[in-house]
Amino acid sequence: MSQKLSRIIKNACESCGNDRNRLMDIVTAIQKECGAVTLEAMDIIAKELNVQRVDVESVVSFYSFLSKEEKGKVVIRICNDVVDILKGAEDVAKVFSETLGIEIGQTAADGSISLEYTPCIGLSDQAPAVLINDVAITNLTVDKAKSIANDLKNGVLPESLTKECGDGNNANDLVKSMVKNNIIKKGSVIFAERQSEAGLEKAITMSPSDVISLIKASKVRGRGGAGFPTGMKWEFTRAAKGDKKYVVCNADEGEPGTFKDRVLLTEKFDMLCEGMAIGGYCIGSDSGIIYLRGEYAYLKAFLEKKLSQRKEVGLLGANICGKDGFNFDIRIQIGAGAYICGEETALISSCEGLRGDPKTRPPFPAQKGYLASPTTVNNVETFCSIAKILEKDAAWYSAIGTKGSTGTKILSISGDCSNPGIYEYDFGVKVSDMLKDAGAEDTKAVLIGGPSGQLIGKTDFNRIICYDDLATGGSIVIFNSYRNILEIVKSYLEFFVEESCGYCTPCRTGNVLLLNKIEEILEGKGEPSDIKYLEDLCSTVKVTSRCGLGQTSPNPVLTSIKNFREVYDAVLKLNEDGRQPTFDIKASLEVAEALQGRKSVIY
Amino acid sequence: MEKPKVATTSLAGCFGCHMSLLDIDDRILKLIELVDFDKSPIDDIKNFTGRCAVGIVEGGCCNEENVHVLQDFRKNCDILISCGDCAIDGGIPAMRNNIPLKECFDEAYHDGPTVYNPNNITPNDKELPLILNKVYPCHHVVKMDYHLPGCPPSADTLWEALVALLSNKPIELPYELIKYD
Repeated sequence: MSQKLSRIIKNACESCGNDRNRLMDIVTAIQKECGAVTLEAMDIIAKELNVQRVDVESVVSFYSFLSKEEKGKVVIRICNDVVDILKGAEDVAKVFSETLGIEIGQTAADGSISLEYTPCIGLSDQAPAVLINDVAITNLTVDKAKSIANDLKNGVLPESLTKECGDGNNANDLVKSMVKNNIIKKGSVIFAERQSEAGLEKAITMSPSDVISLIKASKVRGRGGAGFPTGMKWEFTRAAKGDKKYVVCNADEGEPGTFKDRVLLTEKFDMLCEGMAIGGYCIGSDSGIIYLRGEYAYLKAFLEKKLSQRKEVGLLGANICGKDGFNFDIRIQIGAGAYICGEETALISSCEGLRGDPKTRPPFPAQKGYLASPTTVNNVETFCSIAKILEKDAAWYSAIGTKGSTGTKILSISGDCSNPGIYEYDFGVKVSDMLKDAGAEDTKAVLIGGPSGQLIGKTDFNRIICYDDLATGGSIVIFNSYRNILEIVKSYLEFFVEESCGYCTPCRTGNVLLLNKIEEILEGKGEPSDIKYLEDLCSTVKVTSRCGLGQTSPNPVLTSIKNFREVYDAVLKLNEDGRQPTFDIKASLEVAEALQGRKSVIY
Repeated sequence: MEKPKVATTSLAGCFGCHMSLLDIDDRILKLIELVDFDKSPIDDIKNFTGRCAVGIVEGGCCNEENVHVLQDFRKNCDILISCGDCAIDGGIPAMRNNIPLKECFDEAYHDGPTVYNPNNITPNDKELPLILNKVYPCHHVVKMDYHLPGCPPSADTLWEALVALLSNKPIELPYELIKYD
């Protein structure tokens, strides 16, 4: 066994040039082949890469798709995002658990199957969904879950579970997935008809700084949610000192309720590569990295084929489009299930073969990013937009949308509506119009920008989607009047508690305290002063956390207090005697009463 | 005019906070011009004699008697102050919170390296208050109005806080008084 393991590890390390920065690829390969990265495996890897065992272990223990303990040959990951729960994920989980005879979080005794929960896998438009190894199974019902569980028990391979493929490239031989694109509204930038590679061809006739000027004039801003002006970011990266520079595409959309990048990667991958090449041209980089979230591993072979096709026709590699000295290549870096890696500095850490810990900013990636070189990190949708901007021009683009938010925005709409899917709107669309298009009736609340965005109620439905009003990276989740706002807030806090990297105390501890308080309130043990407690704690967590996770994780609490105060007021009770309703003296004495064999005389 | 009353107690604490209170030195003469002490170890009054303006609580709650006393303080005092780290977050006594109670008893009365207990007795007189499953900070048991951190809070901190409270002025604690490293 040990020799076999040695050989597997040696091969994995060699295929990555024994480069410790490629540790993610190495451990992912070993996890796939061996079902675990055991302590023994870690020792061998450390030796091969000339690093310490702890360097390897810190990576393996960080990512949820990697494990020290052996997982089943088949790993079933049930998505327990709020939308999936609304659509019945818990019933599906129960059926899997009962049919397979294992609890959630367990592996069958014969090592065949593991069952676990996982946060949003980017399939909210076809929830409830599960990942079985890399195979996505969508729109599950209790009956379907039962038959799948039985199939798996009888040794059917996960790959054979896909009976019917989805539309577009989901049916490609290298994808063969039942995932559907659900593109419902096509806008004028990303999903409009276009002449492929026209943007790149135009860019190389201009000087890099002229291209940047054009992008600045288009006023395009980052599509990941933060909205930093892309032209400015590229200008900084171009100006930064360094022989080697990198273009990184953030395809780690982990914000619950977002799935637009899934569709862009499936259908608009060439446009994305075109945008990245333009980025390379602008900042003077010959290397691009696409950080693909582990949940989208089912797309990897297809995307790699696409990359090699582009190389064959001279759209990647040396002297692109016949332009002497314009070299640019792209590699795919696969993630392993960590929400925090959507934060650009954590993403860079992960690409470097480290835990997905955010880095301290400044220095910003534009100065010191991947391997300490100047790096631009942009969203999938941003790169696609750039390709179109170059194809048309800055004035055409900046005429779309609003003054401060030009262009279109792709929204991933899911939850309580009849048409969940992908909508490309001009910036400035009204929430109420969006709800109408999505077929949402009886809407009580809309989560704009995922849990790190804001939860709004009816009075805000006349507001518009743009950076200056309701900003969003694309996640829109709709809740109808039957939903319990406090339960929703609780679920999202559980998500943040799980996904906090644990580096800084306000986020690691603060989110747990927020969750505890919301649970107490749900149990009817809250009092009016809890609102101030929550607000104070939220502000501490936001102000003192190191990265975007902790700076936004209190938002579900804050915006629900602001917009749904009546939900809190209905359950908060003033407590006249000053005793905490959460403290149960009888329960706290049970152990001692049993140990000492007597009852309390006071209580 | 009748002077406001102050009560103090030490629950699961080491009396260090009370020592710190005595550490205000001759200012204690000024303090008794400002207030009367009611139930407190300082004057050894065992029961409340009337309504108190301020209750100062040292230590968290490790047994049922602590809970009883704290609830009594909440009932009889207008303002309650968690004084010191044990009151605020359990402190040293709360180190047992991750260890099952049975193991704590065994270590304390039977297995500990310095235990001399030839008859293997676990103290269990009915006058002994029952131990809680874990040590609770005061504000988990009753509502506390203020928290004065420190182990112990220095005499100056206590003095400034009390004077501010009694004279109804905003508290001004200079950085040196609330810096602990």
